[in-house]
Parts: sequence; C-alpha cells; structure tokens
Amino acid sequence: MTSTAQDAPRKARRPRAPGRRVPLALLAPALIGLAFLLVPLLALVVRAPWSDLPEQLTSPAVWDALRLSLICATTATALSLVVGVPLAWLLARTDFPGRSLVRALVTLPLVLPPVVGGVALLLALGRNGIVGQWLDEWFGITLPFTTAGVVLAETFVALPFLVISVEGTLRAADPRFEEAAATLGASRFTAFRRVTLPLIAPGVAAGAVLAWARALGEFGATITFAGNFPGRTQTMPLAVYLALQNDPAAAIALSLVLLAVSVAVLAGLRDRWTRAV
Amino acid sequence: MTAHPSSQGLDAHLVVERGSFRLDVALSAAPGDVVALLGPNGAGKTTALRALAGLSPLTGGHLRLDGTDLARTPPESRPVGVVFQDYLLFPHLTALDNVAFGPRCRGTGKSEARARAAAWLERMGLAEHLGARPKRLSGGQAQRVALARALATDPRLLLLDEPLAALDARTRLEVRAQLRRHLADFEAVAVLVTHDPLDAMVLADRLVVVERGRVVQEGAPADIARHPRTEYIAQLVGLNLYRGRADGHTVRLDAGPEVSTTEDLSGPAFVAFPPGAVTLYRNRPTGSSARNLWRCEVAGLESHGDQIRVELTGELPLAADLTAVAVAELGLHPGAPVWAAVKATQTHAYPA
Repeated sequence: MTSTAQDAPRKARRPRAPGRRVPLALLAPALIGLAFLLVPLLALVVRAPWSDLPEQLTSPAVWDALRLSLICATTATALSLVVGVPLAWLLARTDFPGRSLVRALVTLPLVLPPVVGGVALLLALGRNGIVGQWLDEWFGITLPFTTAGVVLAETFVALPFLVISVEGTLRAADPRFEEAAATLGASRFTAFRRVTLPLIAPGVAAGAVLAWARALGEFGATITFAGNFPGRTQTMPLAVYLALQNDPAAAIALSLVLLAVSVAVLAGLRDRWTRAV
Repeated sequence: MTAHPSSQGLDAHLVVERGSFRLDVALSAAPGDVVALLGPNGAGKTTALRALAGLSPLTGGHLRLDGTDLARTPPESRPVGVVFQDYLLFPHLTALDNVAFGPRCRGTGKSEARARAAAWLERMGLAEHLGARPKRLSGGQAQRVALARALATDPRLLLLDEPLAALDARTRLEVRAQLRRHLADFEAVAVLVTHDPLDAMVLADRLVVVERGRVVQEGAPADIARHPRTEYIAQLVGLNLYRGRADGHTVRLDAGPEVSTTEDLSGPAFVAFPPGAVTLYRNRPTGSSARNLWRCEVAGLESHGDQIRVELTGELPLAADLTAVAVAELGLHPGAPVWAAVKATQTHAYPA
C-alpha cells in the first residue's frame, strides 16, 4: 500500500558482497540444463532449409495445418476456461466429501500418456463409446475423426493445466474479499464475477497460456481420437511428424513456424503481464 | 443490560462454539446507539462481529434486528454493513466503484449507484479521490472509503472491526474524531469491536466488555472506568483493582492485606486506586500520614507516557506511576525492596 513509484529504483543491480561467487557445483549443472534446452532449438534454426523456405511456407498444406492448429488450440483453451475456472473455484472454495480425490482425478490427465487419453476418449465418445453411442443415436453427432474431436482431445489434456493453475491462484487470493462482497449484498456468484475473477485474472491468464501451449503441441490424444486428415484433423504437430517420414525439409520448416508462433505468443503475453503486475 | 420494549434495534444472543472456545454474548441496542465490544485479543469480539454479519454461523441463541429474525439469513441478505479492520477495499475498483458496489448488488442502477456513492464520498471529504484506486489512498482515506462503502447500503446495523487499528498514531486522532461524528449521524445501530479502551470510550455510548467469550461488564464508559469489575478492565483504564470484604472503612482484600477507605461499606467490595496515587519509599516512612502501607519489591519498570510505571510484587501486587527523576532518586531496579503507600482518600471502594 505504501510502496509507490517513488520508491528506490527496483531494477538497480545489487552490489555483490565480496567473495560471494556462484558456486561451480550449481553453475555447471545450470548451464548444462540451459544448453540442453537451447541447443535443439538452435539446431532447428541452423539446419533450416532457408533457401527452400519460401516455397515450403507458401504451400497451402502448411497454412491449413497452422490455421487448424491455432483454431483448435484457441477453442480448446476457451472450453477449458469455461469449465475449468468454475471447477478450480469448486476445488478451492467449497468443501465437499471426496474433494481431494476429485482433485487427484483432475490432475490425472497431466501424468497420463496422451495416447492413453486418446484411447479413453474413443471409448467414451467414440461411435460405440459409452456416451458417444447415445450422441450418435439421439443427435446424430459423431466426434471421432472430426475437427470437434481435435478440440476435445486437446481440451482433455489442456484442462488440467488450467484448473491446477487457477486453483493455486484462488487459494493464494484472500477469501475475505468475497466476505466483504457478501456483506455488501453480493451473492456468491456476483462476488466471484465482480471481485474474485478480476483479482485472479493474472493467474487465469497464466493458466490459459499454459493450456493453450499444451493444446497447440498436442499429438498423442489427437492422432488417436481424431486421426490425421489434412485440413480437418491434421494439426501442426501431426503434420510435422508425417512430413518427417517422407520430406524432412518440410518437417523442419513446419517446426520453425510452430517455434515462431510460440515465441511470439510468449513474448506478447510476457509484456502484458509485466505491465499488469 | 438495557431492555428495549419496542422491537426496533438489535436484540441478539450470540452463541458460537468452535472446538473448546465458546462465545456466549447477549447484545442489545436501540437505533442510534453505538456499542463497543471491548476485550483482550482472543476474547471472541471478532467472532461476535462475524456472527452478526452472518459470516460465521450461530450455534445457538438468536439474532433479531428491527424485529426480523436474521439467524438463518445469509450475509448478502442482511441489512448489515461492515467496516473491516484492514478495510478490504476491492483493489481493482476505484473508490467510487467500491462504494457503488453495495447499491449495485442491491439492485440500484449503475448511474444512480454511482451518484449515491459520489454523494457518500463527498460527505466523507473525499470528493477529489473518486477515481483513485485503493492503493493510491492514505490509511485515513481508505478508512473513510470503507465507512462510505458500508454506509452506502443503508444498513440497519453497522459493524466496525478495530476501525482505527490499521492507522498510525497521528492519523488515528483525526480519523477517530471524524468517525465519532459519522457515528453520531448514523441513525441505526452501530457495533464496534476494539481492544483500545480509548477508541471504545470516545466512540461508543455503551461498552460491553468481553473476556474469554463472555460479557464481564457493560455500561456507560464513565461508569466502567470508575467501577471496573475485572483486572483486565482496571488495567485498561489504568487502575489498581482488588476484591475483598468491606467492614466499615476497612476492606480486607482477598489478596491478604487490609485497605483503609473513605467509603463506609459492608460485604463483598472492590477497591480501586490509580497508579499515580501510590508513593514509594526505600525505607519505612515514619511521618507518613498514609495508613495503607505495604512491603513490596520492584518486579519491572516500563515507560508509560511521560511517566515510568513500576510493577510491584510482595504483600500487595500493584502498579505505581513515578516520574523518571523519582525513579532515579529512589534507585529503583528490578528486585529492589520498597514500601508502597496510598492515602485512604485516594482509594475508591464500591460494592462487588
């Protein structure tokens, strides 16, 4: 409350106490880790077929896959927000029997191999699945091997990231603001919408980015549940994998595009966050 | 306990049981009353406040406001306004929108709610800060915004939790005076919780002293200050207090020694005298006219305003206020033996 812009400049470099060097035992593994993360990305850039690149990137197949990837990842993120934020609220703010079990189940897709997730989705929502057969019979809706199927597969793996992230933010947020809202006449829903949600917005945004990134890179569940049809269910990761089999140069080009998109999104959001905080 | 024949005002018997703690407090007040719940930390004051607001459920008793039973009413449906200790202003809303929040929730249109909020803030002298976020407000300003926010819903019961605790000493004086004015203007019941006797005495018409979840004394501030009935209250108002049996002008204390008093009483009685009435001697005084003389030992020294408060143990545990010069001249230090004397005319005895 008292800290204002006049406070000491925050970015000032702290003077290092004499003899306080970073110990080698920490520095060496840290640098190895950094290199491990960066070298593959560097290799992607170095080995990119820069001369062929314009040609590769103008092929409609690339743009189809990219468009599909962005649409599906964004839709999956939106879906995750719609159901994930309320689910996180339920886990953080209410007490019901078996809550810890529910939380464990929510996080299960985080550790489940995505291919297994895809198989599970087929068994649930496939044409003969325990829910899917009724969807087919009553509404004529079939989900597997459709673009909607891609969205569902991505939502399945992305949702837990959002729920965990938002729940953590909710737990850290002071619940007494909701009490203050209640004494002013706000129902629990109004308090959530007008007080809690704005307060946890940065956490929700962070969760949404995590979910979006996870959805964008989704491979296993997507190929299992939605297949690999160009223009319909073939997202970028699927296209990359397929291209790698018969046209490695195209695979690298596609990968570069994905890398560029990821970096752009990360940079854009970082800037927004630092301004918000 | 004041009886209110009309159904107007607050009529509450708050029982909240949580683990081994039990709050059992009866509270009643007429519209226009300002009641202070005064007590040490952990006495259950805040629990009582939360129960009144509906934030903690009652496990027993009743709660009626203007004749309406509120015991089962959720907090958002109670005509109750709360000023929280750290205000809890919504950080993402301006002062104006913080105050307009309540009226908006109670169904007032946006522009009317804002107009009403602006009027409240102007009344609080904050016309220039309508658009300010809570972060930009000083402690005193934030307190007034919180008060305006609570009042903007036209509550029939206003609750204030340690309303001045978050302020520094200088702001406190000023805000206390303003708060007193606003509370005087408030036509419904106000209940404030505080552990500061000064706040309680300045702001409230009636004190309810709570210790360990129970009411130990209640009445007008001046009465309580003159006739404390527990050690906690005596300490708060700066008195030495003892319980004993009176027989004429002498009270035999439960603690052992006798005290001569000017009052003529019989039966169970309290004796009180201020620490400033105590005189200390290193040697037994010979020419002293004081008939109340006890052998004591210094237990501790502590500065207390411009005086030094000496805590004594021995024949009679008591507190004495001396000037720094006197302490130096007597060479007082913890463990030093002293004689403590109090004139009978400086004591005050009253029936227990």
